[in-house]
Amino acid sequence: MARTLFQKVWDTHAVRTLPNGQTQLYIGLHLVHEVTSPQAFAELRERGWTVRAPQRTFATIDHIVPTAAQARPFADLMAESMTSALERNCRDFGVRFFDLASGGQGIVHVIGPENGLTQPGMTIACGDSHTSTHGAFGAIAFGIGTSQVRDVLATQTMSLSPLKVRRIEVNGRLRPGVYAKDVILHIIGLLGVKGGTGYAYEYAGDVVDRMTMDERMTICNMSIEGGARIGYVNPDQTTFDFLRDRPYAPKGADFDTAVTWWTSMASDPDAAYDDVVRIDAADIAPTVTWGINPGQSVGVNGRLPRPEDVAPGDRAGISEALEFMSFEGGQRVEGTKIDVAFIGSCTNGRLSDLREAAKIVKGQKVAAHVRAIVVPGSQKVAVAAEKEGLDQVFADAGFEWRRAGCSMCLAMNPDKLVGREICASSSNRNFKGRQGSPTGRTLLMSPAMVAAAAVAGEVVDIRTWDAHVPVGA
Amino acid sequence: MSKIESAQGHAVAVHGDDIDTDRIIPARFLKTITFDGLEDHVFEDDRLEAQAHGKVHPFDDPAHKGAAILLGGANFGCGSSREHAPQAIKRWGIGAVVAVSFAEIFFGNSLMIGLACATVSPEQMADLMALADANPTLDFRLDIAASTLTAGDRVIPVTMPESVRSALLSGGWDATSLLLDKYEEVEQLAARLPYVSGWDRLSA
Repeated sequence: MARTLFQKVWDTHAVRTLPNGQTQLYIGLHLVHEVTSPQAFAELRERGWTVRAPQRTFATIDHIVPTAAQARPFADLMAESMTSALERNCRDFGVRFFDLASGGQGIVHVIGPENGLTQPGMTIACGDSHTSTHGAFGAIAFGIGTSQVRDVLATQTMSLSPLKVRRIEVNGRLRPGVYAKDVILHIIGLLGVKGGTGYAYEYAGDVVDRMTMDERMTICNMSIEGGARIGYVNPDQTTFDFLRDRPYAPKGADFDTAVTWWTSMASDPDAAYDDVVRIDAADIAPTVTWGINPGQSVGVNGRLPRPEDVAPGDRAGISEALEFMSFEGGQRVEGTKIDVAFIGSCTNGRLSDLREAAKIVKGQKVAAHVRAIVVPGSQKVAVAAEKEGLDQVFADAGFEWRRAGCSMCLAMNPDKLVGREICASSSNRNFKGRQGSPTGRTLLMSPAMVAAAAVAGEVVDIRTWDAHVPVGA
Repeated sequence: MSKIESAQGHAVAVHGDDIDTDRIIPARFLKTITFDGLEDHVFEDDRLEAQAHGKVHPFDDPAHKGAAILLGGANFGCGSSREHAPQAIKRWGIGAVVAVSFAEIFFGNSLMIGLACATVSPEQMADLMALADANPTLDFRLDIAASTLTAGDRVIPVTMPESVRSALLSGGWDATSLLLDKYEEVEQLAARLPYVSGWDRLSA
């Protein structure tokens, strides 16, 4: 019978049906970071358990690392103690740790793929909701909580119920100035922040087929913002070409054997889906969020909804968002003055993202009132970018070039908004308080749009913006 | 494994849809290596925002002190996978969350720590919230076996996936021991996985 990739991977990794009615699923790769793991390791110690498959478990620090001064001990003593806890846990339990000294540290969802750890047909778990990123390779990758981290550490399995599968096809041609970030923001806007609950999202169509792995990762990354715990793209030649020669990818004849199996795990052409959504690429504009959840977005020159124009059940949410953001229904987001520009995160902190942003800022200057930072997704991304001179391009324009980490995506390190600041951000969440100030405001957009906003000092439409003409002139 | 059959006490309503985990427990309180004390910061920024607007957040309202059942809207707990969110709610004293719908990871995390989650229709929730707001000392009782929520003299059917219901009732919500049971089956499956038996280079 024809099956989807999700069903094939699920069936291949299902150990048994547990007495609680859920499935025991084997996890091929477990990624660990400092925020959601210490309580899990503590419980292992308490119960006298070991890490069942330390060779399938990899750790890094990303959420709390300072991106400016990284000398140890960190100035933030709690960040320091979380880091030491992870060091101790990795040492005691035999887990490979990509620490700051390794040259391989970075955001957990950047380092898995860049090392070739993330592979098609695999099950992956990590105590972070953006684990969906790894689905770009045709893996089934679950964001989990700390108790499940404990379960995966102790048993290399977890207890789960299967998901339905929604195929989302994006066909046609993206217009110039429209990026993978706009595609996923458009999808979330269309299907809603809870539209994906109970589903795995399979992204397909000729637009996705033509995308690079970096772009596919951006799309899969934000599946969770659409309510879908996992998202994936069927593996193809683009996937295999990316993986070849990565440190943990198969070598020589093994690679060909792997490609045969990876190919066999893709959804069958006649597989049945629980739902199919088709999107015309030409309908997608550079998209910007204006509200307090990632579904509250609009084409950059579109108009914000008015509470009185939406369904009665949605009015309170729209009003709350407009009030928090100090926007008026019916206005445009284009022209909104920004205070901060942030380029980075597991959504858009990879080399190609930095290249796109650098193209925009090259030879320009960040507006005088804007504080702008670029945070590479990993140490390897930083090194590659520096080799191309991107750090200098950003620095010349007035951006701060930082060290790798999650940084201002969730502001668990010193990188935070202050007060009511508005941030043009290439990250994934615009929740109230997300960027470190309870009253701070976030506008999500593509890295290129963030770069342009940094220079212009306000949100601009990169399709029509001319950097040489002062904004407002 | 402890069996969970019910939750009973006063109810506290957190109005609005899409209440995300950053609101339930802001990220700055995740800078910890234990879950101790999270209850002091549950909904902290929302509470501060309410204060700044001269309002009282339900979690600051003395009338709702000691509540055992949290009433929520649609997509409750969306956002990050931080278990700190259900931990903070549970440690504050909540034994069950009844909402219009839940974000999936929050729902799973809650089950893992024995915090019962059940859903009702938006119309029923509007009624329940009105009841709890108007009468903070009204007794609510979630009966997991019967799949009902009793509020005063009203009995409302609630929805909960069968596997979740049986996990709570049997004590199987604490799954680690189940996962360790018959572990030879896990080893057999792992040995059959082409990448585990074939081209793995994880020790590279």
